[in-house]
Amino acid sequence: MKEQGYTGSIFRIGVGAGFAGDRLEPAVELAGRGELDALVFEILAERTIALAQRRRRAGSGPGFDERLAERVGAVLAPMMERRAVIITNGGAADPRGGGLAVHAAARRLGLAGCRVMVVTGDDVAARIDPDSCTILETGEPLADYRERLISANVYLGAGALIEALRLAPDVIVAGRTTDAALFLAPLRYAFGWAADDWERLAAGSVVGHLLECAGQLTGGYFADGERKLVPNLARLGFPYADVQADGSAILAKLPGSGGRLDRATCTEQLLYEVDDPASYLTPDVTVDFRGVRLEEVGPDRVRVSGAQGRPPPETLKASLGLDGGFVGTGQISYAGPGCLARARLAAEIIRERWAVIYGREPAALRADLIGLTSCTPWAGLEAPEGASPPEVRLRLAVQSFERQVAVDLAREIEALYTNGPAGGGGVETTVRDSVILRSTLVPREIVRTEVEVLE
Amino acid sequence: MSEWVQLGDKAHCRFGDKGDTGLFVVVPYEAGDFEALAATLTPERVGQHLGGLPAEWVTCRPCPGLGAIVIAVRSSLGGGVTASLALDAHGKTLSGYLLGMRVLLERQKISLHQR
Repeated sequence: MKEQGYTGSIFRIGVGAGFAGDRLEPAVELAGRGELDALVFEILAERTIALAQRRRRAGSGPGFDERLAERVGAVLAPMMERRAVIITNGGAADPRGGGLAVHAAARRLGLAGCRVMVVTGDDVAARIDPDSCTILETGEPLADYRERLISANVYLGAGALIEALRLAPDVIVAGRTTDAALFLAPLRYAFGWAADDWERLAAGSVVGHLLECAGQLTGGYFADGERKLVPNLARLGFPYADVQADGSAILAKLPGSGGRLDRATCTEQLLYEVDDPASYLTPDVTVDFRGVRLEEVGPDRVRVSGAQGRPPPETLKASLGLDGGFVGTGQISYAGPGCLARARLAAEIIRERWAVIYGREPAALRADLIGLTSCTPWAGLEAPEGASPPEVRLRLAVQSFERQVAVDLAREIEALYTNGPAGGGGVETTVRDSVILRSTLVPREIVRTEVEVLE
Repeated sequence: MSEWVQLGDKAHCRFGDKGDTGLFVVVPYEAGDFEALAATLTPERVGQHLGGLPAEWVTCRPCPGLGAIVIAVRSSLGGGVTASLALDAHGKTLSGYLLGMRVLLERQKISLHQR
């Protein structure tokens, strides 16, 4: 990969992390014996960048993923030995800071020749025009939220990463890109796919889409312990794809690793985040998933082909981080006969005090009964008729732009110990900052990407 | 021939979130159940199961080639993962909740494809 002009007939790309909190050792296994050409760490969730931006502004931590250098450092030596590339979006709100951290880690490992490329340009906070932007989720003008706008990052496509790939990188550190672009870029570069070769771009995007959540393709987030059985989840192996020049690929995992990879796991992963399977929008290509074929071609091996592509939308999607103030939560458990009534009484007490003592709107308090209603679409305190659980846990939550409001709720729940219903226990409370993510569309012209080489 | 079943007896499900839209993929265990499940999972019924949401908020898209049904539910996540005050702000657990839905499977002698 490092040399210009990849000449193999199959390009092997693996995934080392599917989210910021992912396990470490599956990437080490892939890098060590996976014979990879590229390894991707997808560790930037939608809200991560806004949280990182806020952390950076407050000076309370780095603007890049805190485990970035640890992850890259754990696989760097075998990847460099193979002249294979590592690509990550873990630069988050500060790709340059992330790149420097990786560079420093490489030196500590004695890998002084490591070439780290930093891709910037996704941060459009200074270029976005709030007066011409509409918030997609609500239809409101962004101008109404000018004061609360913390971050604005465009989802970059494969193009910006390809600029970095031309410069013989060992590691590419980017911020906001589409997840699929992290995979599509090295495929496009290796096989020389044109930027308007819609069918191959769609095929590469499907490969990326399948790999991007790592263990979710190989049986993670799939098992039910009864009917959907997955062997050895404690040692779940992450997937890789052997991609051919036509974009078709065989998905696989390392022999001996835990998990399973078959039509069922691939179907869940392919479609679970797709609104319209006929029209999956990315900055590189609009993908039609409907003709995708998934064929089991061996144990834990699935062949994927058949994606169709069309030109992408004219505009780019940008992710907006808006200040959401503070969120306070608290929980308390009750057990035994009548526990449900006592949990409800506790909620009533707090609601009454919220109105009488604090002069606030009790309807702003969200209440759930954990074990009965907290994971249903309606939540609330209305348990199914006749419910008589052995125990129940009341949870209350509130959002406010005044931190004190969140603190007050936490304190009120704690005070239920000696002032509330009988037998309450196990109180836990939290007060945290909140960043709300929204999206908008921006013209492609306002995005200017750059690649910086750290060596 | 028709039978009432729990959706989870016939299919598995994964949930994803995009903003305030909840996305489900429902995958029948048996390919032979696909058409009956695709026919019974209507926006009206899914909306009803999800706490009485209006059918207009729900889209159900069968993908016969992949043997799966994609369901999108708008404005269903309390403002989305970053704004919701729910314990499960993503709504991830809704996959399990959907599988508790009772559905009527109607078997047809002539498949929808052949009709």
